[in-house]
Formats: sequence, structure tokens, C-alpha cells
Amino acid sequence: MTSTHRTVEGGRIDRTTTLGFTFDGEALTGHPGDTLASALLAAGRHSIATSVKLGRPRGVAGAWAEDPCGLVQIEEPFPEPMLLATTVELYDGLAASGLPGQGRLADVPDSARYDAVHHHVDVLVVGAGPAGLAAALTAARAGARVALVDEQSEAGGSLLSGTDQLDGVPATAWVEAAVQELAGSPEVLHLQRTTAFGSYDDGFVLALERRTDHLGAAAPEHLSRQRVWRLRARSVVVATGAHERPVVFADNDRPGIMLAGAARTFLHRYGVLPGREAVVFTTNDSAYDAALDLSRAGVRVQAVVDARPDGAPHRRAECDDAGIPVLPGSVVTGTRGVERVTHALVAPLAGGEVGASSAVGCDLLLVSGGWNPAVHLYSQARGRLRYDEELGAFLPGDDVDGLAAAGAAAGVTDLAGCLADGQRVGRAALASLQLEPAADDRLPSAPEFRTPAAPMVLWRVPDTSGAEGTTQFVDLQRDATVADIARAVGAGLRSIEHVKRYTTIGTAHDQGKTSGVLTSGITAELLGVPVRATGTTTFRPPYTPVSFAALAGRDRGRLFDPERVTAVHGWHVAQGAVFEDVGQWVRPRYYPQPGEDMNAAVLRECAAVRTSVGILDGSTLGKIDVQGPDAAVLLDRIYTNLMSSLKVGSVRYGVLCGVDGMVIDDGTVLRLAEDRFLALTTTGGAAKVLDWMEEWVQTEWPDLRVHCTSVTEQWVTFPVVGPRSRDVIGAVFPGVDVANEAFPFMTWRDTTLDGVPVRLARISFSGELAYEVHLNAWYAMAVWTRLIEAGRRYGITPYGTETMHVLRAEKGYPIIGQDTDGTVTPHDLGMAWAVSKKKPDFIGKRSFARPANTDPRRKQLVGLLPTDGSTVLPEGSQVVELHPDGVLPPPPVPMLGHVTSSYRSAELGRPFALALVRAGRSRIGETLHVPLDGSLVPVEVTASVLVDPEGARRDG
Amino acid sequence: MQLIACPWCGPREEVEFSYGGQAHVPHPAAPADLNDEEWAHYVFFRANPKGRFAERWNHSAGCRRWFNAVRDTATYRFEAVYRLDDPRPVTP
Amino acid sequence: MSPRTPGADLPEHPDLLWHDREPKRSYDVVIVGGGGHGLATAHYLAKDHGITNVAVLEKGWLGGGNMARNTTIIRSNYLWDESSAIYEHSLKLWEGLEEDLGYPILFSQRGVLNLAHTLQDVRDSVRRVEANKLNGVDAEWLDPDEVRKVCPIVNTAGDIRYPVLGATYQPRAGIAKHDYVAWGFARRADEAGIDLIQDCEVTGFTTDGDRVTGVRTTRGDIATGSVALCAAGHTSVLTDLLGIPVPVQSHPLQALVSELLEPVHPTVVMSNAVHVYVSQAHKGELVMGAGVDSYNGYGQRGAFSIIERQMAAAVELFPVFARAHLLRTWGGIVDTSPDASPIVGRTPYENVWLNCGWGTGGFKATPGIGSTLAHTIAHGEPHPLVAPFTLERFVTGALVDEHGAAAVAH
Repeated sequence: MTSTHRTVEGGRIDRTTTLGFTFDGEALTGHPGDTLASALLAAGRHSIATSVKLGRPRGVAGAWAEDPCGLVQIEEPFPEPMLLATTVELYDGLAASGLPGQGRLADVPDSARYDAVHHHVDVLVVGAGPAGLAAALTAARAGARVALVDEQSEAGGSLLSGTDQLDGVPATAWVEAAVQELAGSPEVLHLQRTTAFGSYDDGFVLALERRTDHLGAAAPEHLSRQRVWRLRARSVVVATGAHERPVVFADNDRPGIMLAGAARTFLHRYGVLPGREAVVFTTNDSAYDAALDLSRAGVRVQAVVDARPDGAPHRRAECDDAGIPVLPGSVVTGTRGVERVTHALVAPLAGGEVGASSAVGCDLLLVSGGWNPAVHLYSQARGRLRYDEELGAFLPGDDVDGLAAAGAAAGVTDLAGCLADGQRVGRAALASLQLEPAADDRLPSAPEFRTPAAPMVLWRVPDTSGAEGTTQFVDLQRDATVADIARAVGAGLRSIEHVKRYTTIGTAHDQGKTSGVLTSGITAELLGVPVRATGTTTFRPPYTPVSFAALAGRDRGRLFDPERVTAVHGWHVAQGAVFEDVGQWVRPRYYPQPGEDMNAAVLRECAAVRTSVGILDGSTLGKIDVQGPDAAVLLDRIYTNLMSSLKVGSVRYGVLCGVDGMVIDDGTVLRLAEDRFLALTTTGGAAKVLDWMEEWVQTEWPDLRVHCTSVTEQWVTFPVVGPRSRDVIGAVFPGVDVANEAFPFMTWRDTTLDGVPVRLARISFSGELAYEVHLNAWYAMAVWTRLIEAGRRYGITPYGTETMHVLRAEKGYPIIGQDTDGTVTPHDLGMAWAVSKKKPDFIGKRSFARPANTDPRRKQLVGLLPTDGSTVLPEGSQVVELHPDGVLPPPPVPMLGHVTSSYRSAELGRPFALALVRAGRSRIGETLHVPLDGSLVPVEVTASVLVDPEGARRDG
Repeated sequence: MQLIACPWCGPREEVEFSYGGQAHVPHPAAPADLNDEEWAHYVFFRANPKGRFAERWNHSAGCRRWFNAVRDTATYRFEAVYRLDDPRPVTP
Repeated sequence: MSPRTPGADLPEHPDLLWHDREPKRSYDVVIVGGGGHGLATAHYLAKDHGITNVAVLEKGWLGGGNMARNTTIIRSNYLWDESSAIYEHSLKLWEGLEEDLGYPILFSQRGVLNLAHTLQDVRDSVRRVEANKLNGVDAEWLDPDEVRKVCPIVNTAGDIRYPVLGATYQPRAGIAKHDYVAWGFARRADEAGIDLIQDCEVTGFTTDGDRVTGVRTTRGDIATGSVALCAAGHTSVLTDLLGIPVPVQSHPLQALVSELLEPVHPTVVMSNAVHVYVSQAHKGELVMGAGVDSYNGYGQRGAFSIIERQMAAAVELFPVFARAHLLRTWGGIVDTSPDASPIVGRTPYENVWLNCGWGTGGFKATPGIGSTLAHTIAHGEPHPLVAPFTLERFVTGALVDEHGAAAVAH
């Protein structure tokens, strides 16, 4: 199809280049500078899609984001649902189709890149129309740090859509000069194709820059497709313009019915004639410009239908000259046509009564019901709107902190006024920053503004069609009509929020840009209350839709959350370890040998540790260096144990509770000096425990002379575990006397290895003879290698978290967070021994005395042995009373507790489990049941320590 | 998405801070002397006003210092920040 | 006319929802808060107990608080006996609610998946499934292959930071259309002669000893025989007027929707580790909840960083969502309690009943709490299903700690 509706010349398109695209499978062409909508209109195509509920044809009715219905699905180069044809810049190879209601997601992942940038400025100006440019120039000239963002492909805003002159030359020339001047200002960031979509406290504005969308398949792969700008400004100028508002009449949804200003935009910016024969229906002066411009461009303007009794007398002569009939005191009551409007039904309006209508032939019906300032960003930032009776619009009220509206967004309707308002707001921003305006911050002068005839506020034309408002569309996307609003009001609804929800008006893609205020007006009319009493629904971010991927940015896959790995991670990978996520850490879970599954590997690793020697990378353990004269006092208050009595050179296991008395973490504490401790925490609890200590020190005990520092990353920890561990440690660290008497259990010793300081600690989380090797992470690999080499003759076996868990469970050592769930006290764990009776107080102590905590029926940690000697109980299984008949009663079945840990044991030669069981310790020796896959597994309750209960091995 | 004025660092992004709830709730000097109800009030009960609230904040991704603030829970606006050892300021 | 787009239709509403009543001078029962809980309580007071001299006082518009702002997930697969009992009672009522209300509330039992991403998630999940089964709540543990069968668009591949290790599945769980639920209850209450009074904020109470004799409101004083507080995030504002300390904290909680999309997501997916809870509503929009802002706030808005994080999690878990668009974000006020369980029952005033602290569970509990609170008011005695949720439990320590164990909110 040829571009039948393209003007011969003019517009801001590059006619020397032709772009090919398809729409609904039809091959079409356009030019750089076109939008999909303008290219379609140039081809004479108005109808875009059918409506969601009623299946009525719908076309392009706006020229940018205010368009209520021209929705398309992008097919090529990558599927993207639901974009407005008016906002899709045309590129070669674009394939799109009309969207009847629901968009379609691609079924393959999006390979495009997305990113985000933080930027801080003195003044952020949103919108590069006349007011925005004036504000930006004013601020930039004064030396302020400025950001100017604008959603369109080029600056100029409304000036791109008209024929305005400034200083006697086309206003677009001033726009170009202004852009150049800003480009020459080093402190100015100017972004086009960048939509400010969210406005938050303290000058925080989010904007989306579409960096490569307009390039289509030619977009360079290395560039992010879209970028989120997180802008923080000391002063924000909202110069976002205004959206034209339609008037509602019967059958106001046909393709070819368009906002008057949009038609001007299509003509001047894109060189498109949206029709051949036009009727213009207006309640205000602005549509006269559209009528006259289109007439000059060759469109036959059949009539200007002006609802005002006197019309616009001062525009009369121009219309007469152009041969445009003006019908004051008249309205459009309805239309004819199916795929395209063919007639406007025009009737006189007097005293609220509509007279007999006559059909006026047209293929274009332009409508203007006034202008709604784009107050979205102002309102999102908690600005309070006020209803202006004369304009029939909600305007920004008082400035909110650091944010002010300027120009059309503030209700200013003329060019000179917008320039002046932009400058005024720009200067106010400077004043708040204590900056002086530049000596020369002159702005061009616009022609004197002719005082307009007052607009008429007309929300809807009385329905004379007999359809009783059912074809008077308010929200075209939702197919919601005046009849729907009337029905909502009739159902008893008074709140505009209820009307919105009942009718679904304002919930579609455009979020009510054209329909919202109409609904307020029509609802108020139906209820017989003032519009200001009805108000609007709430403006919420985003101003226009933003893709999920853009907001996700780079935080996906491996960057979704940092991966923390230890200094010897590479070795684990090389050994073929299988890994487990533990918090952000990635830890070896087990090291399978060829042919081994996890069970086989873990049984082998366990046996090796219990019979010879194994080595674990325990570097992820949290480590907190606690220093200061009052370090011991702090630890006495934080831990349930007495830590102040710990001798330098010794180690003590400790438990931490919350104020509610529940265990929050545990670990060993090394006393390094009188005034210095190293507190080890669980891997997952490290940050939490440091936060905990700092909080108490700072907020409760600032008198304590103590400092806490995380050294988790600085130190690696390698437990060398098993009966041959002494041989390995003795061989690698000859400077240390490893004899039991010289270096007993729960002590530590410092040594060096080739000049590298190393700390050894007799700590056992397995019940075996064991040494933890602590050293600076920089030397980790070298020392790890020495340990492996020295252990080779004993078959030293690297083991992972799974084996660690089995070994500790055989000893009844709980894992906080696995065997506890925030409802477990030290006593429940059988650790009354770790709770000091000497200390007058510590965190959580008082809670132990609460009635529920002294209940003998509390759950307690016990061992479970499936009596069949073979069943591995799934962790998480519930424990119930013994049902001798082997049959569960109907639900609800009382539960006694649950299995917290469960493993096969090489040592025991059978599976075993740990469980929290009601009054568990009093049940030792009893048999209970665990439901499993429809049957009941008998289990014997045992003490939680199943291996070496005397502790002979670790002490030896 | 506010700027929060850390008393030590100056205005910083909200995401750098963590929240600590109601301020001026000291740990009881002698918990053992409290009855269950009094202790429960310390452990679980915190004021939850709509409007001005004296509360604790921590510049956790910055200087890691705790401080107090008076903030309006309806508007979220910070009316004052002050050090832990300062009394609650009188706000207009 | 072309055929209608699947899912584009919403059912027609009744011609009359409710009357906008003026307050009378006196009622037998005053319910403070015209959200889901207040309206449901009113309905069941009339339906189950014949008590209709009742006013529901709403400071704004009916159902305009959390009822209008939640992500409509309905499930009963909670860990502890006390929790699963009240939520299962509620779910059973949901299953008959369209009929009871005579209103198309679009209750869709499409199931809910709670994903596990770590070995501890798996343990917690199995624990919950096993507990649910013993409590008579439908629950299954699914491995990643089974997860993919229920919801093919979940990323169960390895290119994800926290791989999906499995999920719990409750087939009877689902979603409903929140506004319609509120309106359905309101319509029934209105039909029964209960006064629904909007724009009526409670500003104080009149008391006589340990009884409340009336409420002071922006529309005048109203005498009452008993009071039920159903004000969710604003509960503290009311209890402060009565001098009753209540351990709830009100936080901003945000949610969001996409544009309408062709059906891609057949169930409800929730994940704690990769923080997502998402369903695709009837019209086709993706409805998603974001995280809680840490600070106390009544502003019904939160920080955008939380939305951004939410989008990262969504695309991580559902790569096909990449080019879906965020259409609207909003915020509610979530009233949280120390043990993530509600607080329901007696107050120091013998005729004032408390109902708060539902956190993210409020919507799904709507019929359940409505019926049990109505029973409680009618009998002057907590219904057995709400009896464990006393204010007193914070003194004794007998908590129902759902966040410690279930680790799955919402």
C-alpha cells in the first residue's frame, strides 16, 4: 500500500529513507521519524484492533501516551506485548499486529541487556517542551547541575506539533538552539526517549531510557536495550504538559475519531493527513488550531462544532477565511460508520437540551473537551490536586517539597505563559539552591496571546441515540460506558474508587489518562455533587508501563544475589564437588567419586573421618573479632554461657538467644587475650550476630569499651578431623606440640608455617579428634594443599556439608536453623549445661521463666531410630503417637513433633534421625510412629547423642 | 525512597538504612524482678502510632551507627534525627 | 463482532449493591472497619445468628483498605495446627461462598505452589506438607519435574541463582476477585438490614467501667452493645484510644499488576527465597506481591527499590515475564504480629472484641474470621478456632510462630 495520506512536504520525518514494516501481515512503508501509528495513518489505516469486550473496531485516537486504544503486539524482532502504536518508533523490519485485548509473551528468554544508573542533580526537569526547556536553560545558565529528560525521540514537546513562532522564527529553531546550548553545558545531562515514570520522596524520580528500541534488529548487542535512571534531585520541575480530553457522545469510539491536538501532531510532526474530510467538535479554543491547520493542508473541514453558545468569536474570521463553517452552541451527538467514521451527527445544544441532529459526512472527527494537566508525577509525590471549575481539570495544588509543576502541567494554556512559567519555576528552584540566575537568561518572546474564550466544561453529550449511554464510551480499552457509570451509581456506589472498580474504567493499559477525569465528571453529574467532592482515583507509578526486565536490570542469574565462595573454591570445583547454597555461600556438599551417588559418597566420607582423617572447608563460618577492655562483659551478656571465665588460649562453645529466650545462633568462642575474643558463628548467622552485638553495644550498653568486627572474609577455617588428624597437623605444623597434654581439647595455639601465621584450635563438630586450622585467606590454597599432601598417607578425605551434618548429628549437635525454628530454647536442645546459672542476667534469660517455657510438654531434641533399621525418614516428617493397629485415625491427627535431621550412619550401620518431640526426653525408650507414604514407620526414641556419648574420641 | 539524614554521614539513600522500631525502650535493668506481663511488654509490645514516632534507625550499609529519629508514619517524613544519648527533640 | 477475547469478560454485577446509610443513634453491635473482615462478620452475624441491629463503620469507602490492595491468594497450608485449622475453615467457606453470597466472586481453585530453593526450604516444606496431611489439609510435595508439569513457565533449569528444588502444592488453593468478595458480603449484610456507613471514622469511645458504651465518630456518637475491631493496619489507632496495648506493627506492603496477557500462568506460585508470589488474574493480568518495607508506615505506599527487587525475582523465576510490563503499583498497610499469627479475642473491655495482626493472611481468612468472629460476638465467648490467638499468648509465651517454621508468608 502506498502512503496515500502523506503530505507532499513537511513534518519531521526523513523522506529520503524508506523503512519497511508489516502490520497484521500487510507490508507497509514509512520513514525515520515516524511512529508505527503515523506510518499506519499515512497508509490511510485508522483501524488498529477490535475492542476487548464488544469487538468493536478501534483506531488511533491520540498521538502519544494519551492514546486510549491503539494497542499493538510487537512480533519482530522480539515479541513484546501491548504497546501503543503511537509510541513505537518505526524501524526497518518491524512486524506488529493489532491487539484485541491481551498481549502475548515470548516463549523464549529475552536476551537483551538492561541496566540502571544512579544520577544526582540540583535540578531535574521532566519534559523538554517549552516550559521544560525554559526551566532547564534557566537552571543550567546559573551553573546548576541539571538533568532534562523527555519521553519523545526529540525535544520540543508541543512545539513539534504546531506552527508556533518564537522571536519571529519557527519555534523548532529555538528548540534546536536550546538543545545545543544545553549540550554545551558540562553539568547538564539531557536524555530523550526517557520517560520519568515514578516520583517519590525527596526528589527521587525514576526514568526509563529506551536506548535501542528504535533501532529494531539493528540494535547493537553490547548496548543495554533499556536503562533505568534513578535520579535524585534537590529540585524537580514537572513540565510534563497536558493530555487532551475527549467529550463523550454516542458511538465515540469509531476509527477516525481522534483528539484534535493529535491530528495536529500527525500533520506537523509526521507529515500525515489523518483524513480528507473532517468535523471538529470542541468545547474550547485549542481545536480551532487543528481545524485551520488541517484546512490549510488540504483537508476539507466540514464544520467546527463548538458546544459553547457563542463559540470562539475571535477565531471566527479565520474560519470564515478558510471557508470553515462554525456551528456554535452545537454538539456531536453520535456517529455513523463501522470500520471508519462516515458521519458525525450534529445537533444544537441549548439549555442542556439537544435538538434534532443532522448527519455531516466525514472520515475524521476531531474532538477536544479541554486539557488535563499531566499531574501524575506531582500526584505520585503526594501533591494534592485541586479541581479547577473553569478548566474542568485537576491542577497541582501547593508545591510539594522540592517539586513543582510548570507550564501546561500546571494548567498554563499558552506558549508565552509556558515559557514564563518554566523560567519562574526554574528560578524558584535556583533560589531554593541558593543560586543566582544568570545575568543573561533571556527567553524568546512568543506572539502575544489572544485572550481565549472561556472553555466550556462538557463531560458528555446527552444521549439521543436511544442506546441509553451504552455506546457512549468513557474508557475505550475497557469498553466501559456512561451506562456502566450510571449502573454503578444506581447500585449505590458513591466513591469514585468504587465506580472505577465496578466499571473497570481506568484499569487498562493507559490507566485512565483520558478516562479518569471524565469519570469523575460524569459520576459527579449523576450523583448531583460537585466534581471536587468526587475527586480522582489515586495516581500510582508507573506513569507509562515499564517492562519487568528493565526493572530487573542486571540482577538476574548469577547476579541475582551475590555468590560467595571461599578461597579454595577452585579446588572444590576441580575435585568435582557437588555444591549447596547456604545463605549466599556456595559450599561443597559432597565430593562424589566416579559412580558414586550422594549416599555412597557421604557414607565413604563419614567412614573416612571416623576411621582416619577428613578435611572440610569451613571458611564460611562467621568470625567476629571482639576487642576491648569490656569484651568479656559483652559476651557474658550476649551468650547464655559464662564467657568471662574463659582462659586465654581456651575455647568455649556458646549459645545466643533472642530476648524471647529462643536460640538464634551458636558457635565456639576463642579467647585470644584478656581483652580480645574471636566469636565463631554459623555460616548463615554471621551477619545477624554481628548486627546483634553492635545493636546491643550501641543502643543499650554504650558504656562498654568494646568493638566488634567481622573477619569472616579475612580468615579461612579448615577443620582436619579424625583419629589421624593429630598426625597430619603434627606433620604440617612441626612448631606445635600436638600432644594431648600440651594442646588439649577446647584450646587453641598460634604457630607459623613458612612465616605465615596460623591458628590451630582443638574444636570438634564431629565428636572426633579434630583441629581447626585458621589462617589468612591469602595463603589458604597453599596451606590447604600442604594439609592434603600430608594427609595423603592416611587417605585424607575431603568432605562436604552433608558429611559434616551426619557426623554432628550422630553426636546430637544441633544445627541452628535446621534442628531449631525460632521456637526452641537451649533447654529444649538438652543444653541446659550451656546456660549459666551464675550470671545475674543475659539476653533472653527472663523469658526462660515464662509459663510456656517451663511446660513439661515442650518439644525437646531427641534421637529417633527407625526400628526396621533401614528406613531413612524424610527430614520434615511428623512424629505421632504409636498406633498399635498400624492405622492412622482420621484427621486431625495430633502431632508430637517432627524430624529435623535424618541420615544413614556408617558408624551405626543404620539410619537415624534427630527430632523435636513433645516431652521427648521423658519418652526415651518409647516407640512412636512416623507417617510415611501412607504407612506408619515405628521409631524408637533415644537420647540425641548416638555416637561416643562419653566424648572419649574428641578428648583424646 | 527518602534521603535519610544520618547524624554522622549526612543525607543518604533509604536503602542504606535498616529499621529498629520504637526508640526509648530500654532493656529492663532487672528483668528477673518483672512479672510475666511486664516482661512480655518489653519483649513484644511496641507503640504503633499513626503520626509522629520516635524510632531507631541504623545506617547499616554506611557507618553502621544507630541513631534515633522522629518520623511521621503517615507521611514518612523525617522531622528530626538525633543521637541515641540525646533526649527526644521537641518537634513543632 | 469478533469473538470475545478469552478471559476478557468479567461477570455482571448486581443492580443494587448496598444503600448508603446514615448512622442511627444506637446498635447492638458496632463493627469498626468496613473491609473484608468487618463486612464478613456483619454477614455471618445476620446469617448465622440473626443479629442485624448492626452497623459497620468505615472511615473511607467499603473494602477500600487491604481488601482492595491484596493479591487475593487463598490457601490453608499453614504449618501449625491452630493456623491450618482457621484457614482450612475459611477455605471450606470459600468453596461455598459464591452460592452463599449469590455473587460471582471468581473463586478459582487453581492450586498454589510454594517453591523450595534450599535444602532447608525442602525440610520446612516437607514438614508443612506432612503436618497438613495429618490435619486433613490437601498438600503434596512435588519434585522439580512435577513443578514444571503444574506450571511450565517456572524456571526449573540450572541457570538460576537459587534453583528450584521442589515445591509444596495445595490443589484446593486459589484466588478470587477481591472487590467482588467485599461487595458480596456488603450486599448480603445490607439485605439483612445491617447499616453500612461510609466516611465515618471512629474518633473515640465512651466507656463505663470495663464496658464500652459507644463510639464517637466523625458522623456523631453511636451507642452500642458491643464492638468488634476489624481495622487491620489501623487497629493500633483504635486500641490507643481505648488504652489497650496490642503488639502489632503496621508496615507498607506493595503489590503490582501487568497489562492483560494471554494465559501463561495456570496456578499460583509463591517463593520465599526468590521473593515472588504471583498469579494471573481472570482478565489476564499478572498480579504480584512485593516485599514489606521495614519501617512502620500508614502511607499506603512504599519504596520503589522493593518493586525493582521484585521484578528481578520475577524474571529470575519466570524468564518469560521479561517483556511483560508493570502497569500499576500500589501499597497497603500490613499489620504484623510478633509471631506472624493473628490476634483475635478478648480485650480488657468485656464487650470489645479484637481482630488484627493477620499480616499477609487477612484476605484468605475473610470468610473464616467473619464466621468465627460473628460466633464470638454472638456467644460472648471466643470461637474454638480463634481461641488460640489470644492477646494473652504474648504473656504466657504460647505463641503460634508461623514465621519461624513455615517460612512462607502471604
